[in-house]
Amino acid sequence: MMRFGIKAVLAAAVLAVGLSAPASAAGDAKPPAEMGWQFDGLFGTYDRNALRRGFQVYKEVCASCHSLNQIAFRNLSQEGGPEFSEAEVKAIAKEYLVEDGPDDYGDMFERDALPRDKFPSPYPNENAARAANGGAYPPDLSLITKARGGGADYIHALLSGYEDAPEGVEMRAGLYYNPYMAGGKIAMPVPLLEELVEYSDGTEATVEQMSMDVTHFLNWTAEPELEQRKRMGFMVLIYLTIFAGLMFFSMRKIWADLH
Amino acid sequence: MADEQNSAADETNRRDFLYLATGAFAAIGAANIAWPLIHQMNPDASVKALASIEVDLSAIETGQSITVTWRGKPVFIRRRTAGEIADARTVADADLPDPQNDAERVQKDEWLVMVGICTHLGCVPLGQAGDFNGWFCPCHGSHYDTSGRIRKGPAPKNLEIPSYEFVGDSRIKIG
Amino acid sequence: MSGESTYNPSNGFSKWMDSRLPILRLAHDSFIDYPTPKNLNYWWTFGGILTFCLVTQIITGIILAMHYTPHVDFAFNSVEHIMRNVNYGWLIRYIHANGASMFFLAVYIHIFRGLYYGSYKAPREVLWILGVIIYLLMMAAAFLGYVLPWGQMSLWGATVITNLFGAIPLIGENVAIWLWGGYSIDNPTLNRFFSLHYLIPFLIFGVVILHIWALHVPGNNNPVGISVKGKQDTVPFHPYYTVKDGFALTVFIILFAYFIFFAPNVLGHADNYIQANPLVTPAHIVPEWYLLPFYAILRAVPDKLGGVALMFGAILILFLLPWLDTSKVRSARYRPLFRQFYALLVLDCLLLGYLGAQPAEGIYIVLARIGTVYYFAHFLVVLPVLGIVEKPKAVPESISEPILGAQPAE
Repeated sequence: MMRFGIKAVLAAAVLAVGLSAPASAAGDAKPPAEMGWQFDGLFGTYDRNALRRGFQVYKEVCASCHSLNQIAFRNLSQEGGPEFSEAEVKAIAKEYLVEDGPDDYGDMFERDALPRDKFPSPYPNENAARAANGGAYPPDLSLITKARGGGADYIHALLSGYEDAPEGVEMRAGLYYNPYMAGGKIAMPVPLLEELVEYSDGTEATVEQMSMDVTHFLNWTAEPELEQRKRMGFMVLIYLTIFAGLMFFSMRKIWADLH
Repeated sequence: MADEQNSAADETNRRDFLYLATGAFAAIGAANIAWPLIHQMNPDASVKALASIEVDLSAIETGQSITVTWRGKPVFIRRRTAGEIADARTVADADLPDPQNDAERVQKDEWLVMVGICTHLGCVPLGQAGDFNGWFCPCHGSHYDTSGRIRKGPAPKNLEIPSYEFVGDSRIKIG
Repeated sequence: MSGESTYNPSNGFSKWMDSRLPILRLAHDSFIDYPTPKNLNYWWTFGGILTFCLVTQIITGIILAMHYTPHVDFAFNSVEHIMRNVNYGWLIRYIHANGASMFFLAVYIHIFRGLYYGSYKAPREVLWILGVIIYLLMMAAAFLGYVLPWGQMSLWGATVITNLFGAIPLIGENVAIWLWGGYSIDNPTLNRFFSLHYLIPFLIFGVVILHIWALHVPGNNNPVGISVKGKQDTVPFHPYYTVKDGFALTVFIILFAYFIFFAPNVLGHADNYIQANPLVTPAHIVPEWYLLPFYAILRAVPDKLGGVALMFGAILILFLLPWLDTSKVRSARYRPLFRQFYALLVLDCLLLGYLGAQPAEGIYIVLARIGTVYYFAHFLVVLPVLGIVEKPKAVPESISEPILGAQPAE
């Protein structure tokens, strides 16, 4: 009897899910391949080793142009992340200098970073970043997998998907051809080359491996709560299902009195 | 007849159990929802990460004090004179409102490090003042001695000693 | 409230209270012994679900305000601070952000239930009008709230919507500048939007109380659409409908929880995780899904003022609905022709929603125009005419009859 009403609900659900699609498939970009990440799905978790390798790629490659403003060194040791030990985090932080102050004489000074400090930016401000990169601004990477339609799949495809420009596509100097970028032209030069980093765990540093690892790491920087969230979500769904069952049978009993 | 009564009683039992289980489940759910809503007001991860500071003591002369900020609170660091140390040591500890020996309150006799908050109602006491030449709280007239112990006035306890350690001859790490 | 009060103060305190402030009597008569038609189906549980949504948004919103900073330099980072540092901050923010979508999902079901069963007809016109006011306030709150994270969609969505006011003849530009507190969306705008976003939910709460009051005077409508004839047609609200609403609410929360824990950003837009930049406009500016049909109507009209007028008209027309529908029969169960047009209206709204997310060009514009024409025709032409030409099916004598006797074949 509520045919139309049911339709409305179903359609609203379809609407809600379907709508993100047209907006994210912007321009004429090639759709990224689905990689089936370990952090996908109901029981998704991060791969600690991939996170650590990914951090190494960020540190040795991306960090020369891209900031990671939302991340503090201490985050590297928190649960659900790369889970470095606190001593390791102290050692990592010590490799960086951060500005502090003013001191007793009113001057700013530089000191070794501490776990509580955030990753320092490679450039002092956006103008400096643009000036150093031919007018293009290398975006902050803390939230990059959430801030791009296509998420981790897109970042991975972009990093490993550089090609020679096809016939007839005019490339201005300082632009590179990448079919996954909307419009096909990107200002970032090819970032990853074979054996660009040397993994301490012996993994072979292919372009594919490095782009998978650094994407894994950047998905963690965007969603550091992911493991806790999914674990809690699973418990909540179990609880709600049982509670809904109890409510249903209580309702049946109560309404049974009526007849 | 007896069977019928039994089954009616069973039915009532089952029903009561069902309602009880549903109610208990609802209560468990409510408690679990309440915790995040309460816990969110506790110090967050970035606040906890700021919990320790290091202070350089080399510029402080004997008889001078500095005040540094730790966890948003003032910390008094005083390089005591020989006279002040002697004053603090000649008191009979047991007679004090909050009995404590001066030796328990310092790591090196010369250096007194304590949280500069009156244990009465949270004001910041003034240095080198009061009847015992220590600290004096202007809010309600509490007098502390040269070891920061309460001697007179409404405050119930001695000034708090934070956890700290010497990380060199003239450097301490508080927290 | 309908009928005599059945409240009987049982102890000394409640007797003492009852002769001073009879609030326990009010609660008892409104939510315990309130006589409710016994044939309400699950579509009627959305009133309770909406109350839950409102309370959830208010509680999580107050908490977020404890950690959020309404300043253009800090807003974006303070939201990330909530997500990363505040204890369970991510949970509270995801509840609040997805809660807005859930709120609208529930309100749309609630509205379309009212449209189907004729719940807006006499004597419930005031109840309906209060509902439309709540819906308007909800849209305002949702729009203002979406600006606060200060991402790219926040800034540019706000830019597009506030520029609508520029369409008002003569004073439009001044109105826009007044809204902004400057010459573009900037810090003064963010600050006042935060203040208003905090205010509006409490206005909604007030109107909800009036809405419930206006419900309890004539009593609930019901699926057969005929009025309660006596005690045999009703059951007390508690426990019959508290438990039924509770069950439906739990099922609804399962859907809600799925979004919070497993797809928290599906209903949002990726661009809002990029900090607002007044110099770069995103490629596609789209509002949240629940506002898309109105966005489609806005863009269907080639004239700026006309588009704005029709968009607001699409909501304002709902105020007139009780008088536009001329049929004497409430429930669509007994209105075969109305049901066809109702289905068409649902599809039309979904079509407009789809079109609102597409670029405003080519076939999409043509379809949006057809959809807009039908939307208005439905209320201004179809409903008045149907009441006159339609021959309703036989309506039962009372609520109890179709339950006891022969059910209409459906």
